[in-house]
Amino acid sequence: ISPAELASTPTEEPNGSGHLMDFLDEPFPDVGTYEDFHTIDWLREKSRDTDRHRKITSKSKESLWELIKSLLDAWSGWVVMLLIGLLSGTLAGVIDLAVDWMTDLKEGVCLTAFWYSHEQCCWTSNETTFDDRDKCPQWQKWAELMTGHAEGAGAYVLNYLLYVMWALLFSFLAVSLVRVFAPYACGSGIPEIKTILSGFIIRGYLGKWTLLIKTVTLVLAVSSGLSLGKEGPLVHVACCCGNLFCSLFSKYSKNEGKRREVLSAAAAAGVSVAFGAPIGGVLFSLEEVSYYFPLKTLWRSFFAALVAAFTLRAINPFGNSRLVLFYVEYHTPWYMAELVPFILLGVFGGLWGTLFIRANIAWCRRRKTTLLGKYPVLEVIAVTGITAVLAFPNPYTRRSTSELISELFNDCGALESSQLCDYVNNPNMSRPVDDIPDRPAGPGVYNALWQLALALVFKIVITIFTFGMKIPSGLFIPSMAVGAIAGRIVGIAVEQMAYHHHDWLIFKNWCRPGADCVTPGLYAMVGAAACLGEPRRPQKRSSPLLRQSRPEKRSRKKGLNGTSREESTPPTLATDERGPRGKAPLWAFLTQDPTRVEELEALIKDTDYKGFRVVISRESERFMGFVQGRDLPLAIRKSPFKQDGVVSSSVVYFTEDAPLLPPTNPQPLKLRRILNLSPFTVTDHTPMETVVDIFRKLGLRQCLVTRSGRLLGIITKKDVLRHMAQMMNQDPESIMFN
Amino acid sequence: MYTCIHVSLKNAKSLICDLLQNSEDIRCKCICPPYRDIEGQIYKQNVSLKDCNCLHVVEPMPVDGKDVEAYCLRCECKFEERSSATIKVTIIMYLSILGLLLLYMVYLTLLEPMLKRRLFGHSQLIQSDDDVGDQQPFANAHNVLSHSHSRPNMLNKVEHAQQRWRRQVQEQRKSVFDRHVVLS
Repeated sequence: ISPAELASTPTEEPNGSGHLMDFLDEPFPDVGTYEDFHTIDWLREKSRDTDRHRKITSKSKESLWELIKSLLDAWSGWVVMLLIGLLSGTLAGVIDLAVDWMTDLKEGVCLTAFWYSHEQCCWTSNETTFDDRDKCPQWQKWAELMTGHAEGAGAYVLNYLLYVMWALLFSFLAVSLVRVFAPYACGSGIPEIKTILSGFIIRGYLGKWTLLIKTVTLVLAVSSGLSLGKEGPLVHVACCCGNLFCSLFSKYSKNEGKRREVLSAAAAAGVSVAFGAPIGGVLFSLEEVSYYFPLKTLWRSFFAALVAAFTLRAINPFGNSRLVLFYVEYHTPWYMAELVPFILLGVFGGLWGTLFIRANIAWCRRRKTTLLGKYPVLEVIAVTGITAVLAFPNPYTRRSTSELISELFNDCGALESSQLCDYVNNPNMSRPVDDIPDRPAGPGVYNALWQLALALVFKIVITIFTFGMKIPSGLFIPSMAVGAIAGRIVGIAVEQMAYHHHDWLIFKNWCRPGADCVTPGLYAMVGAAACLGEPRRPQKRSSPLLRQSRPEKRSRKKGLNGTSREESTPPTLATDERGPRGKAPLWAFLTQDPTRVEELEALIKDTDYKGFRVVISRESERFMGFVQGRDLPLAIRKSPFKQDGVVSSSVVYFTEDAPLLPPTNPQPLKLRRILNLSPFTVTDHTPMETVVDIFRKLGLRQCLVTRSGRLLGIITKKDVLRHMAQMMNQDPESIMFN
Repeated sequence: MYTCIHVSLKNAKSLICDLLQNSEDIRCKCICPPYRDIEGQIYKQNVSLKDCNCLHVVEPMPVDGKDVEAYCLRCECKFEERSSATIKVTIIMYLSILGLLLLYMVYLTLLEPMLKRRLFGHSQLIQSDDDVGDQQPFANAHNVLSHSHSRPNMLNKVEHAQQRWRRQVQEQRKSVFDRHVVLS
């Protein structure tokens, strides 16, 4: 962004009226803020926070009021965590209830109270039977409601038609809302949040409109029957809540580094409500999402995750005081020989992950480059239509994916009557409920097996095309579904093999006839876990814009072993011009000698440098400090409001004391506060590995290069990334910059 | 358990009673599998936690005498509760927010351009280059409005804030939908 654009930032004329409505005015960017799509300066934020804390601590000794203020400041972190937990839990509860209801709306409606889902509608009825636990006269399918017939071909076709129509309506609403109000609400959100947490600025990504639209359209997208989940978007929603509450306290709203601590904790709260696992949330935030995670953040994340989980529990969306749909208990131990099918499931998980990543990236590239990307609304409608048309006939894909996974995890005791549990029971069996021995499969199980196989293929294929569309979508649940289906099929196969061939060598020691041996539900869980781990490497599918902000991820995998000492000189010489490569390497510098405001403004207008070095004088060129390119015009423009009498011909000085000027001159402008007197420097003999290490560990954006005490040039984060790309034989020009 | 708030107005009382006190919000659900020649059954009753067992809930008992214990051993009884008020409030609130958003979307995409065109005439609406691929004339409306800028009162401030928001959304839309730089 050139300074010319900065100059066009509208400034409100100071008007005396309407102070109440000042929040509607455009906030004037402050000195020390960052531009959109740039990285923050971690060191500057950290030192600012330390300064602020020191000031508060020293002032707290003065009076009781100051002491109270310092206590409030210390407690503000915990207050923010509490608020984040409350709001995230509430929103997650609302989303769960609404998804429950709207998913059932595709099939029918509750006549007594339209806001009840199928299960809730039949909650009190006494007409439910053992075989058909959900059937009750209060809830009717659409065909039954409209025509009066419940069975028959006509009813089936009508139900089919209405199912597809509802699905199309929901997805159309979702994509329209996203397109009109908050385009940043599409996708999962986790890769972008990782980028933001590592120091990148994406304005509006965690805004209020994004929060609202993401919540509303997530419900619509999940209810439309598409093969996506809501866990990833819940993390985005929680981080939006975190950003929202940060603006209440200046400690967090003015400091980007502290804000990211809060966002890390908010991400933990998001995963906590998605899975009902507070500790899982904290671990997710620690391992996957965060860049800077001090110990204090660990405790705060845990607190936020707990509060969120408790809030969700209070809303009680599932009607029986559980937090998650997948609550299972297995009573039979597993045997060492079962490791073989488990390893097979792991291999399946890896294969599926590879297939999914490659296919999805290819499809996303197709979307970017061809005509497909020009019609996002049509694309969503088409994919929803295909999904609904193919999903309705198969009872395992017709229902919501979470219910499918829950059923697959379920162990088949005597109390189940679904098709999957249609085993041939021994009528004289007298064992208690949990310890049912292995039984031969009935026809229902074989029926279920081929339906599940079809469902597996369908889910694998359709998820590739679903992920990446312009609606909120998560990847956790579809991955788990694929793994659970595969696991259950393998589990049933092993179970039947153990029953029918119990005299084989491998089964002889392990499975005794008449005892419970194999639990297919456990295989489903192992499969789900195997498939969940693989596809979540989204950095690969993110655009280069995101790659550039995480240099540490790359270099950890491939060390810079290739560089030798000889390479230490070229990297710095090649980068002594800032701005786009190939431009004339004019060094612009400001001197400590007095210059005028209008000269500075001309300098800013003519050039688009991102930074200026300040030297003692043009002759000696002894280096004094560094000024960020963005701060200079802001400081000049802001000054007329602060110091009266500063005009274009005013003198600008960087020293501590104003230069001696005749009294007729206008008020001089002191710009020392934007001068960084201690920028990081390396010499041109520093090996490149050390330079990369410094950038990675300190989170620098630029580093000055000196030779023999004289300033030689500057090396920026982008230059380091380009160098690393060259090391890995990638195209360095693909690193984008504004 | 909620007690009924006694309100003087009869209608209000029954409404609040319905909302707060709902003894149907708890239940004990017993699932009994098939036993000998009796087929599987599900029993539900609105009893509290201490009465949630086979003997209280399974009525009428299909077996008698000595078989009751064997039958009850196979049954599994679970106590469940829900909050129907929460469900009702949540769904209705969600539908109203969704409805408001849809109305606003219809207004923004269909009604407002029509109104502006009728108010300001065709001549003042100049299509800028930025709007290629974007059907909404957001940018023009801003220019048109600035002509009628009189003094900074509240309505104008709201209008300005809205225009600023629209420009932000337009920028986001360009980077996500058109140029595909963010969010692939």
